[in-house]
Amino acid sequence: MPAVEIVDLVKTFTRRERGRRVRASALDGVSLTVARGECVAVLGQNGSGKSTLVRVLATLLLHERGQVRVFGHDVAREEQAVRRLVNRVSVEASFFKRLSARENLAYAARFYGLTPGRTRTRVPEILEAVGFPAARARVPMEELSRGMQQKVALARALLTAPTLLLLDEPTTGLDPRSKREVQAFIAGMRETHDTTTLLCTHDMAEAEVLADRVGILDRGRLLALESPAALRRRYGAGTLEDAFLAATGRTLADDDEEEAA
Amino acid sequence: MRTATHAARLQAVALLGVVERNAYLVKRYGWWEVAFFVWTIANTLTVVFIADGVEASGGRLDVERQTTILLIGAVIWSYLGIVFEILTETVAWERWEGTIEYTFMAPLSRAVHLLGMGSFAVLYGVLRTALLFAVVALFFGLTFPQADFGAALLLLAVASVSFVGIGMVTAVLPLISPEKGAQLGFIAQGMLLVVSGVYYPVDVMPAWMQWLATVSPATYALEGIRAAVLDGAGVADVWHDLWPLFVMGVVAIPLGLAVFRAGERYAKRHGKLKRAG
Repeated sequence: MPAVEIVDLVKTFTRRERGRRVRASALDGVSLTVARGECVAVLGQNGSGKSTLVRVLATLLLHERGQVRVFGHDVAREEQAVRRLVNRVSVEASFFKRLSARENLAYAARFYGLTPGRTRTRVPEILEAVGFPAARARVPMEELSRGMQQKVALARALLTAPTLLLLDEPTTGLDPRSKREVQAFIAGMRETHDTTTLLCTHDMAEAEVLADRVGILDRGRLLALESPAALRRRYGAGTLEDAFLAATGRTLADDDEEEAA
Repeated sequence: MRTATHAARLQAVALLGVVERNAYLVKRYGWWEVAFFVWTIANTLTVVFIADGVEASGGRLDVERQTTILLIGAVIWSYLGIVFEILTETVAWERWEGTIEYTFMAPLSRAVHLLGMGSFAVLYGVLRTALLFAVVALFFGLTFPQADFGAALLLLAVASVSFVGIGMVTAVLPLISPEKGAQLGFIAQGMLLVVSGVYYPVDVMPAWMQWLATVSPATYALEGIRAAVLDGAGVADVWHDLWPLFVMGVVAIPLGLAVFRAGERYAKRHGKLKRAG
């Protein structure tokens, strides 16, 4: 049984344009499977549908068409079963900013059935594992650096021992050192916990380092899904960035320019 | 059987987590809590002084009794404010912090999530309200020689079931309107109390408002608590106020859950869980 099985997934959003409702397609017939223990990276520009894909898998969005299964459980009909298997780290390290790392993690732990006694031992262990200094565990999150906050976000996801880890640009905005530490930890998780990982990113190097296969998502369509080497061969490209350019006709930097314009 | 017990245990731990998180937040915002409590005292005093004011301007009334009637109205106003505010924060605060997606993708049932928020709201509301009642009573030198506080607390507890149910309905509104939805908790609080005789007898209102009073749980809570505190009415004496509260509670919780679930589905269909910008 695949860890993730997506068949012809369609998700649209409605927005208002000049007083009229317009439907925009966020995911347009996406199909993919992820094997147990595999790490699949999905590359795409801002607005390509990466985060929508993660949210559908995390039971945070309802899709219009297609089938989405996590370890055989339908995400729309068997939400609770899916939620027990999945956790997520996103680009924003979202926390109650006045609460400490310990308090935020205790809150998350309870939702996954960790008793107060078990939490007291497990939280320091997991913080140590992600390289978070114990002395800062009682400090409000708002007083921590972005890199520190992202480590706590990783700790929150790992505290629940997820079978499927959804990573939505987990290292965006981190300094090079923090980025390397987070990437090393993600790689370590696969080895030690048999975690299946879906990584959405626009960092080509990160995809190359962490993923077994790389997908290219453009305007809601999955254009390719192959190993990095096969992807480069398919597009006759020397780098993943060139392969992305050949597949989409645009670079990942284009969307930044479009947004700035 | 074992699976069901395990699932129930997980949900009980999750409920404890919701209560515990709110306790952490109260602790971390301790000085703000003190400031709001001072504001609540000031607000209550402005209402309760009305009885003295009426007497000073030549009106004839039993000042102590009228002061107590006003105090109970003000205290219930404050209590409802706390309950609705905390339940509305189920969505509003988490949306502000960005944690809502993590909470909504966690394997706790929405009923447990909302009941956890409701449990904390009631516990915290009762504590704050009892303190407010004591401080203002002390300020005015009020004594309650006949009061049956046990019956009053029972009425408040039973009424709270309905209040939590209505609070669940207001809690979903920030999903639909992130900017203004949270304010609707205050509107619900005002609408509920204005028809329930918060500072006056229900029969001074127009007939249509009196009809609305009959379907408001606050009406029965106010009448029953006043009877218990002023006249020493026991549980048997306030049964005519208690049973409608039981009935309303049985209806309000499933109704609140159904409305919240419908709102959650709407938010998931339209991508409203995430706060954009």
